[in-house]
Amino acid sequence: MAQLNIEETKTNLKAKKFLMWLFLVSSFIYFAGLTSGFIVYTAGSANRGIKTILPEEFMYSTAAIILSSLTMHLAVRAGKGLRFGSQQLFLALTFVLGIVFFVIQWKAWNVLASRGIMFSFNKNASQSFVYVFVWSHLAHILAGLGLIVGAMLGRVRNIAQIRNVFRLEITSIFWHFIDILWIYLYVFLLLNQ
Amino acid sequence: MSSTAKHTTLELHGHHDDHGHHKETFITKYIFSQDHKMIAKQFLVTGIVMAVIGMVLSILFRIQLGWPEKSFPILEAFLGKWAEGGRIKPEFYLALVTIHGTIMVFFVLTTGLSGTFSNLLIPLQLGARDMASPFLNMLSYWLFFISSLIMVGAFFVESGPASAGWTIYPPLSALPTAISGSGLGMTLWLISMVLFIASSLIGSLNYISTVLNMRTKGMDMWKMPLTIWAFFLTAVLGVLSFPVLVAGVVLLIFDRSFGTSFYLSDIVLQGQVLPNEGGSPILFQHLFWFLGHPEVYIIIMPALGITSEVIATNSRKPIFGYHAMVYSLIGIAILSFIVWGHHMFVTGMNPFLGGVFMITTLIIAVPSAVKTFNYLATLWRGNLRFTPAMLFGIGLVSFFISGGLTGVFLGNAALDIPLHDTYFVVAHFHLVMGSAAIFGMLCGVYHWFPKMFGRMMDDKLGYLHFWVTFIGAYLVFFPMHFMGLDGVPRRYYAFTEFAFMKEWLTVNKFISWAAIIAALGQVAFLYNFFHSMFFGKKAVQNPWGSNTMEWTTPVEHLHGNWPGEIPTVYRWPYDYSKPGHHEDFIPQTVPFSETMSSNLPHDFEGNVEAERIQQEWVKTHQAEKV
Ligand code: HEM
Ligand SMILES: [Cu+2]
Repeated sequence: MAQLNIEETKTNLKAKKFLMWLFLVSSFIYFAGLTSGFIVYTAGSANRGIKTILPEEFMYSTAAIILSSLTMHLAVRAGKGLRFGSQQLFLALTFVLGIVFFVIQWKAWNVLASRGIMFSFNKNASQSFVYVFVWSHLAHILAGLGLIVGAMLGRVRNIAQIRNVFRLEITSIFWHFIDILWIYLYVFLLLNQ
Repeated sequence: MSSTAKHTTLELHGHHDDHGHHKETFITKYIFSQDHKMIAKQFLVTGIVMAVIGMVLSILFRIQLGWPEKSFPILEAFLGKWAEGGRIKPEFYLALVTIHGTIMVFFVLTTGLSGTFSNLLIPLQLGARDMASPFLNMLSYWLFFISSLIMVGAFFVESGPASAGWTIYPPLSALPTAISGSGLGMTLWLISMVLFIASSLIGSLNYISTVLNMRTKGMDMWKMPLTIWAFFLTAVLGVLSFPVLVAGVVLLIFDRSFGTSFYLSDIVLQGQVLPNEGGSPILFQHLFWFLGHPEVYIIIMPALGITSEVIATNSRKPIFGYHAMVYSLIGIAILSFIVWGHHMFVTGMNPFLGGVFMITTLIIAVPSAVKTFNYLATLWRGNLRFTPAMLFGIGLVSFFISGGLTGVFLGNAALDIPLHDTYFVVAHFHLVMGSAAIFGMLCGVYHWFPKMFGRMMDDKLGYLHFWVTFIGAYLVFFPMHFMGLDGVPRRYYAFTEFAFMKEWLTVNKFISWAAIIAALGQVAFLYNFFHSMFFGKKAVQNPWGSNTMEWTTPVEHLHGNWPGEIPTVYRWPYDYSKPGHHEDFIPQTVPFSETMSSNLPHDFEGNVEAERIQQEWVKTHQAEKV
């Protein structure tokens, strides 16, 4: 009976994990919609386009988020190996790197603004698009931070290992996704600057 | 390690225990329920309420179109300043058509339909205890509920609801001061739709994950009923297209409230030149229709799936061309992403691009036609049982044909240019989408009512409802073709100002009468539905002699669907009237070893051992006969 139950719980967790993958698909489509919109819009006239060099802050933030993917990976490994102390430590590190990413991006758009590249009242909406990309991505970072907190709290409340690993996996799938998503957006912007 | 292992089993055990003695309060059972069957009913009742609201709105604007010069004091009593002097105001007319369209397309035919039947049937027909995530399922319903409240609530704000049409094209929708409906009403529309999309996405994710991960033993993809195939592909379409609408709507919100110019350029509003420059309203149309066209298939595919099931059951015949049905659904799903340009032939699109969209559009007619032929072939020489559900299923086929034909006209850019934005388009989509999908939904309600409520609906009222609605729908929408061919434009407040349109006034009166009578016919349904819920005849376990798994569950609902183990599936769902069997149906859960007299060689899918046993049985059996 207990065996049967574990089986049922496992398929159930598998189905739930799959939900996360599907969510990533829909989220990616959202960004694909935005970037296609950008392309269609920018191709419409020669006056459009980003028309500036991206602030180098974006590069630093990229480094931060790649590093955070690494710590995320280590957290999952620790969790699966029952080394809960390091699991929490690496999760915390990932969290901090996420915040760092956020702050650097903030700096980057201040730099943009200081060059006169505004979100509002801009006749060249290609430049407004840059903000939309960045902000939409940051919204995902916020969600990712929430997941990290959830995973850490789960461990603190000493939930079953099968669920702990589940939370870790969900969090890391999402976190690696927003990492890759940022790289996609960054490369996209670099190619269009 | 051992401590965690113990922990795991303990935890699982605790979880199991509260399955059995779960204390259900009124709130957890009827309101914040996580049971897919209850959530399906919540979606259905909410969908029906929204449908009634949408219908009342349409009667209001039909009154205006039929009797544009007449005053109806009763309207003023109900609508106050929106119908001063008993005549509907032009601004309010636009609000009515906008909200009617939005409610019908999204709230009734997208979520009311998918939400009800995907939730009810995916776990039941696949043999799952519930959805992948019951909690998200509940969340999906409540987001839908709140978004419905906001959409309808827009009628109670000072400046009225959104009025830019269900497609909310900017610049009209992007400039809060453009018309009264672009103000707060438009903001509410956007908020409501964001919640709606969240709800529908969560629902779709759940449906897909459940179909892919939680089928019972033996239920491989090619044994799934066509309903499930349709719901599954519908959910896939939703996941791939709704996020693009989100992108479009996010940019629209920025344009409305944050001074950006994604869609705005060169606008003079009330004598003032606006600062917004450089935007492109066409960009919105691309983003909108990239969702919008898949959306129309999101609406029709579940209805097609439901009718496949109901027509096969009530013809007592295997569905004709099961594989062809699945492949044409897949074909429709893929093609629906590359035809959106046919809504934009008149936007100054490059004629070459228009040609490409024209070809893809005409190709999509092929899988649609395959499905139609397969329905007709299933009916052909069937042992037809005309239950109300069956009649509505046949009604769907009829509307799908008559409305689909005009799609082929509209798909030709050269024909579409004069026909675009005329009543011809209104006729096209009300037949092929509006009427067909509503008939599919009603077909499902009549068929699965016993599964949902454990009671039967009344047949006589069902027949009355069918004939009034069927004839009514044709009388309403068929004449619109001729108006469109004559160039009468859609979304006009009155046709009294242009000489050539005046002659259509009598036709408009006729249509309005037909609409009113058809609307009254719905009372028969509403009474039947709500009355039978409590007082209908008690249903037996499998009232239609059906093969699918939902009819193996007890009539009384239980949490987890099957009292013991979930049954295993052995065969496809369409073994109706199989020669050699003593009954005219064989449920999916009956193994071949119990139906030796009717097994056919191809049933064993190349399993040599099984074929050998079967042959031996046939031999001894024939020996006995001699
Ligand atoms: C046989 C396949 C079909 C073809 C070739 C086709 C073609 C078209 C075309 C070209 C238009 C644009 C007309 C215009 O605005 O000038 C159109 C409009 C429309 N079609 Fe179809 N259609 C088909 C089937 C369907 C189906 C199955 C549905 C829904 C279930 C549907 C729903 C609609 C809707 C809602 C509109 C109008 C949207 C609006 O402007 O408000 N069509 N169709
Ligand atoms: Cu279309």
